[in-house]
Order: sequence, then structure tokens, then C-alpha cells
Amino acid sequence: MLLTRRSLIRSASVFAAAATLPGLVRAQTRPLRLEITEGVIEPLPFAIPSFIARNGAAADAAADITRVIAADLRGTGLFRQIPDSAHISSVTNFDAPILYPDWQAINAQALIVGEVEQQGGRLIVRFRLFDVFSQQPLGDGLQFVGTRDGWRRMAHNVADQVYERITGETGYFDTRVVFVHEEGPKNARLKRLALMDYDGANVQFLTDSRSIVMAPRFSPTGDRIIYTSYESGQPRVYIMDVASVSRRPLEAVSAGNMTFSPRFTADGGSVVFSMEQGGNTDIYRVPVSGGARSQLTNAPSIETAPSFSPDGSRMVFESDRTGGQQIYVMPAGGGEVQRISRGSGRYGTPVWSPRGDYIAFTKQERGRFHIGVMRTNGSEERLLTASFLDEGPTWAPNGRVLMFTRETAGANGAPAVYSVDISGRNLQRVATPGMASDPSWSPRLP
Amino acid sequence: MTMSLRATALILTAAMALSACAQGGLRGGDDAINLNGAQGAFGSVSDPSSIAYFNQIVGDRVLFAVDQSTINASAMAVLDGQAEWLMTNPEFTALVEGHADEQGTREYNLALGARRAAAVRDYLVSRGVAPNRINTISFGKERPLEICSDESCYSQNRRAVTVLGTGAGV
Repeated sequence: MLLTRRSLIRSASVFAAAATLPGLVRAQTRPLRLEITEGVIEPLPFAIPSFIARNGAAADAAADITRVIAADLRGTGLFRQIPDSAHISSVTNFDAPILYPDWQAINAQALIVGEVEQQGGRLIVRFRLFDVFSQQPLGDGLQFVGTRDGWRRMAHNVADQVYERITGETGYFDTRVVFVHEEGPKNARLKRLALMDYDGANVQFLTDSRSIVMAPRFSPTGDRIIYTSYESGQPRVYIMDVASVSRRPLEAVSAGNMTFSPRFTADGGSVVFSMEQGGNTDIYRVPVSGGARSQLTNAPSIETAPSFSPDGSRMVFESDRTGGQQIYVMPAGGGEVQRISRGSGRYGTPVWSPRGDYIAFTKQERGRFHIGVMRTNGSEERLLTASFLDEGPTWAPNGRVLMFTRETAGANGAPAVYSVDISGRNLQRVATPGMASDPSWSPRLP
Repeated sequence: MTMSLRATALILTAAMALSACAQGGLRGGDDAINLNGAQGAFGSVSDPSSIAYFNQIVGDRVLFAVDQSTINASAMAVLDGQAEWLMTNPEFTALVEGHADEQGTREYNLALGARRAAAVRDYLVSRGVAPNRINTISFGKERPLEICSDESCYSQNRRAVTVLGTGAGV
């Protein structure tokens, strides 16, 4: 199965939603707004009547798109869907005035109304978002045009708009995740690189299961993936073009020198990775286009799992130079190294948030594993999860949600991908076709 | 009564077969296919220059403490035997596979496995084996030998396995 990227033309056409809605009464002055804070949040109730099919051909798409938008919003843990069975009004005309009292009566604070039209192989999706208690639209109506089989992305785009207008945060639904699909018994696992939508849909395999693969990462523009494979017989870094699924070794490495743990620099122009020589592992950097390799760390300990700050100025990594794994920050070009992890236990796999405000990590202490976040100077450490084995966080592009690998214990132990938000709420298992590990979240799709 | 005896005999046979698999299977690295029978591709255990002899009599593996790559006294004894065998059988090369238990993050464990493999290689070289006859590879926690999640399995998985070959060396 091969998926090609569908073109999705975002039309900024605004069709003057307010002008078509006469006689608005402002029941309250404070506009609908959900602040994402660290505290406990009461999910915001919303209603989404099934999008209207403007023609018969659009009926299935209208139902599917409505379902995916609702699932995106519910999946955040920030929104609660009011079931259709509770609706008083039905929406049969996209341009009809909203009967606000009917939605107020069922305590729908946000109302999403839309319609879908199919013209040949193209879909047109229009939606409006209403602040029910302020009795006014929240933002302009928007129209998305795309191919028929791109309906999921169009649904995710609508959900992103709704999420952004209500929370003020960037949406993360129109994104993909590269991960490792796993099969077989624990002592003979088969691993394949795979790609899926953030919600587990549209799975595409990128490699076969002949070689162990691990720890893929997206480039900052999402068009390339870098990962480690045993394809040549020893662990080695490969770079893959997502659209063509073609791959090449990152650079020529002499036999016996294992390369692994690759990450793109913030500008995507270079790759930092670990190379092992004679049992010692340090971090190196090489331009994607080829060129001289430079050494960023030089210590007799294990230096691995690098990650750049979004502005490219600093690099966080893990090292066991003091005996156990800890997290360190250094200037991107080299220089003074500063340890930032201060608690007890071992700290690894640091990942800088795309917003720049936090570093996510794996913590291991007394036989338990945690996913946590800390400020970039190591302060305000918070553990978000705990289990037999949690590891390898990856950030949603808005820096508010993390995915990671959770593996269960025992002979039948199996890995799965989970998500959690940065307050530690809304822990969910991500739907994958089988065992899955090592997720890496893409940036927002172009 | 007869039925019950027969059932018991069957269970016993099955148990013996299982234990034979667990203990007697020839192994050429944990990723290789087990070839059962003393006259397999690895030769006979009674032939001191066979791979089977190296794997089973000399011992093809050493174990490590948690998060360590130090060669302890019992590992030294095994590796002394490996070095002696390699020097009396110069047509063989060795690939040392380093492994870790599952109690660690994936990429760190890969580096840890490499450190263990290098420790074994360095020890063999210190005992006189030519460095160009020994290569190393790490599997981190990707290839556990034992699959339970407690120390009885972890201790067997924190290992370095010397896999013989007849290749051209490094």
C-alpha cells in the first residue's frame, strides 16, 4: 500500500458569516475561550450535528468528516461531545440562523456546523464555529477544498481550526507519526518502519521486516525521516525521503563503527548522531548534503540522544559521564556542558519542546519508568506517567501533548504507543495495527 | 490406570524434550538458527577444534552486572579459554555480540551493548588474539535470550556472545 500526499488547497474564502445571521443578542460579553493550564480542566461541551451533504454523493464523506472532527476534539480531553440524541435543533441548512436557545438548553458551549459537497473527485468542506452563550460566530466560516480521498486531512483541518479558536494553541490533528511496527515473539521481534496519521489511520509501511530498525525522527519540514537500521549488518543511520520512500545511508562509516540515535538539527540541514568507536560513544554532526563530520562531544562515556532547541542555539543530550544516565545542555557549536537533571534515578532521551519551553525525558528509578518534563534549566521537573517501561517521548508540534512507548512486562510483554498531555492528563493508547514503539511526531503538514 | 500411566509418560517425554532444547541446542550467536544434533554444521562437541566445542565446552558467552561492562573473575576464566582456543584455531574469526537487558532506554542500551562487546574484544586482544580477527556488534535490548521480566532473565540477557566464523576478519 502506498499513499501519496494529497493536495489540500486551503481557501481563505470567508463568507461573511455574521452578515447572514440577523438579530444576534449578546447574552454574555466574555468570548468562548479555554485556557490550557496545569490545573484540572472541566471538558468544554460541544455539539457537532452531522455535516450537511449538499449532494447525495457527499453523504458518506459528510458523515465520516463529522465523526473524525468530533473524535479529534474528544481525544484532547479538553472537549466533551454532547450526543446527537440530546440535540433539540437539527441543522438542515448551512446558512440558516442558529437557534441559540436550543443549544444553550443542552449546555453546548461550542457549536460546529458544516456542509460537504462532492464535485467529481473533489470535496468541498465548509464549516462555522459558534459561541453558543455569546450568541455569535467564533471566527469566520472557512472552506477547504481537496480530493475525495483526502477527506481525513480536511476533517483534521476543521478540528485544528476549532481547537485553535477555542484554546489559542496551535492544532495538531493534521499531523503524522512515524513509528516502529513490531511483530513476533519477544526474543525474535521483527521490526518495520511505518507511518500513520496522528490518530492511527492511514498506516503505511516504509521498510520490510528483514532488518531491525529503531528510533526514527522526522525532519523539521516533515519530508524526510532519519533512523537506525541493521540493514548493512550493523547499526547504521539511514535517511529516507518520505514521498518516494527511497533511502540511503547518511554517510560512509567504516566497519566496526556503529552509528545510531540520529536527529535533525533545528534547520534540518544537518544531522547529529552517536557514533561508537572501540566501545566509546560520542555525538557527531554532519550536513545532510554530505561534507565533513564534526565531533560535538569528546568523553570516555556514553553520549547519545541529542535534541536541538527550536532556535538551533543549544543541544540537549544524555551522558553517563558521572556514572549513570543524566541530561546535559551545551551550545550547539560546542562549548561548556551543563548538567540539568538533578533528581535521583537515571534520566535519558531528552527532547526539546517545539515551543522551546520544556524538555521531555525518560526517567528510570527503582525499577519504574516515567515520562516527564522539566524546564530547560532542569527546574520544575514533573513526572507525567509511571509504568513498568515507558520511554522515548516525542512532542506534538504545539508542545502540549507527548507520545511515547509503553511496554508491558513479562514473556508476553508488548510495546504500544501512548499519548499524554503535559499536565499528565488524558493518558491514551494510540490505535496502531499491532505492537508499536518509538513514535516520532511530524510537524504540521504543509 | 493404564491411561493415566500413558499420560504421565507423555508428559515426561515432553518435559525431557523441552529441557534438551533449553540446554543442549547448539548456538552460533543468539540470532542464528539452532542446529540440533552433535554432528551439525558446528561440528562435534568431542572435536576440540569445532565450533560446537567452543560454544559448549569453552563457553561462548560472559555475563555482566547491571549497567556495567566490567569483566569479572568468572568472565575472565571463560575469556581466557576463548583466547587460548582462538590462538590454537587461527582459521576462525570472532564476532562479539553485546547485549543489554530490557531495563534501560533503547539507544543507551545500544551503546551499553557496544561497550560490553568492546570490553570482551579488548580482553581477548590482551590475551594475545590478533585484533583483526575480532569484530563487534551491539544488539542493545533488541535480542533478549530470556524473556521473563525479572532478574533471573535479565542476568542472562546482560551478555556478550562470541560468535565464530571463518570469514576474512576485520
